[in-house]
Amino acid sequence: MAAGSAQVGVLAIQGAVDKHLAMLEQLDVAARRVLRKEDLDGLDGLIIPGGESTTISKGLDRLGLCEPIRAFGRAGGAILGTCAGAILLARECENHPVPTLQLLDVRALRNAYGTQVDSFVAPADAGDEGGLSGMRCVFIRAPQIVDPGPGVEVLLRVDGLPVLVRQGRVLASTFHPELAGDPRVHALLLGL
Amino acid sequence: MAKRSESENGSGKSRRGAEAFELKIGLAEMLKGGVIMDVTDVEQAKIAEDAGACAVMALERVPADIRRDGGVARMSAVDMIEGIQRSVSIPVMAKVRIGHIAEARVLEALGVDFIDESEVLTPADDEHHIDKHGFKSPFVCGARNLGEALRRIGEGAAMIRTKGEAGSGNIVEAVRHLRSVCGEIRALQALRPEELMAQAKHHQAPYDLVRFVHENGRLPVPNFAAGGIATPADASLCRELGAEAVFVGSGIFKSADPAARARAIVRANTHWDDAAEVVAACRGLASAMEGIEMSTLSESERLANRGW
Repeated sequence: MAAGSAQVGVLAIQGAVDKHLAMLEQLDVAARRVLRKEDLDGLDGLIIPGGESTTISKGLDRLGLCEPIRAFGRAGGAILGTCAGAILLARECENHPVPTLQLLDVRALRNAYGTQVDSFVAPADAGDEGGLSGMRCVFIRAPQIVDPGPGVEVLLRVDGLPVLVRQGRVLASTFHPELAGDPRVHALLLGL
Repeated sequence: MAKRSESENGSGKSRRGAEAFELKIGLAEMLKGGVIMDVTDVEQAKIAEDAGACAVMALERVPADIRRDGGVARMSAVDMIEGIQRSVSIPVMAKVRIGHIAEARVLEALGVDFIDESEVLTPADDEHHIDKHGFKSPFVCGARNLGEALRRIGEGAAMIRTKGEAGSGNIVEAVRHLRSVCGEIRALQALRPEELMAQAKHHQAPYDLVRFVHENGRLPVPNFAAGGIATPADASLCRELGAEAVFVGSGIFKSADPAARARAIVRANTHWDDAAEVVAACRGLASAMEGIEMSTLSESERLANRGW
């Protein structure tokens, strides 16, 4: 998708919606909030933000948005899920499971590092990270991604654990690129 | 759970100063667009989570009961807080008395996700609030106006909520406080830079924070509403006036059908600017909590007057 003409939606049920919209604005991308299936029409990309995965999951169910988002992904729409968004994209999740969209072949462990007092900032591990080197990763009550399937590519790790993964046109991070002011993960979504 | 040790965290360096504050505000950002519900036991916490609350506030009595019962209201029992922490996956908040440093240390040691230094409890210090910078746990504090909000942020609060009038079921005070905070922000934006120091003096607020508000047109931390929210339309009104999320205290578990009311307030809050959705949220709801007319409360009965 080309940054100049791309239309990206941010799922606006609950969570850090504004921060993602600000990041898209910084990248000069037309963005809109998504609350209904019609809002997906004409989008090139969709961001499922951080927030509370329980809250967002219940909202998806009430609004009947799960199937339309799956269809959007199957039709080639690019999707980025951050933190709670990564949990919702997973094939399944553990530790107070919520229903997921099953668009990414990983398991998500909710609140895997502990409560808010265990939230942290850490640099991504050095390695073969392409254009993402030196990424400063902000983790807030973060999940972990485990057991990635064969189609899943790990793009970044922290302490050896996957924190940014890609499967086809689906991206998921357990950290918050929208909070650290580094637009490279969003740019990656636009490049898919 | 595999917790990262402080040494893995770069000798704890990454939790200090600006980075620590960034993490605190980070959780507040994640709560935006949500409803935080007061709960007094595990069963209520599960009802709140099932209804779509983005966090729960664990407390011994909801504000309406604190108001009715009188006496000294303190931090909740540790066992009750731990029980709620075990039973839900959403963030768990809890309240400490204004200025009660030791209660705050207890909640931090329990791993509570957000500490509310709250006027709803009986103040422990009638001059000083807690130095919140010194804690790993983020704090939320109440405010009636911009000066009070900036004083609390100066002390380290990572989230501001209006005080409203807790336990009243009456939205008028939350509206007054939202209009004050948001109106005073707009007024600061319009000024020239040399006028800001006089405004810092007027608001009794730190100059750097006054300058931040002037330049950015918002508080440096998320701005939520609390105190008197009892209906889906109340939540919608608070969002309309600039609140980024809402706290509902007595309004849910003092109503006739708490689970349905909790779901309705979550729905109206998500779609606060869509009247058809607010209508749908209101439809079929059993009666709201009764509520108190403000003129029947004496100044000493107003919880919002606590805090300095």
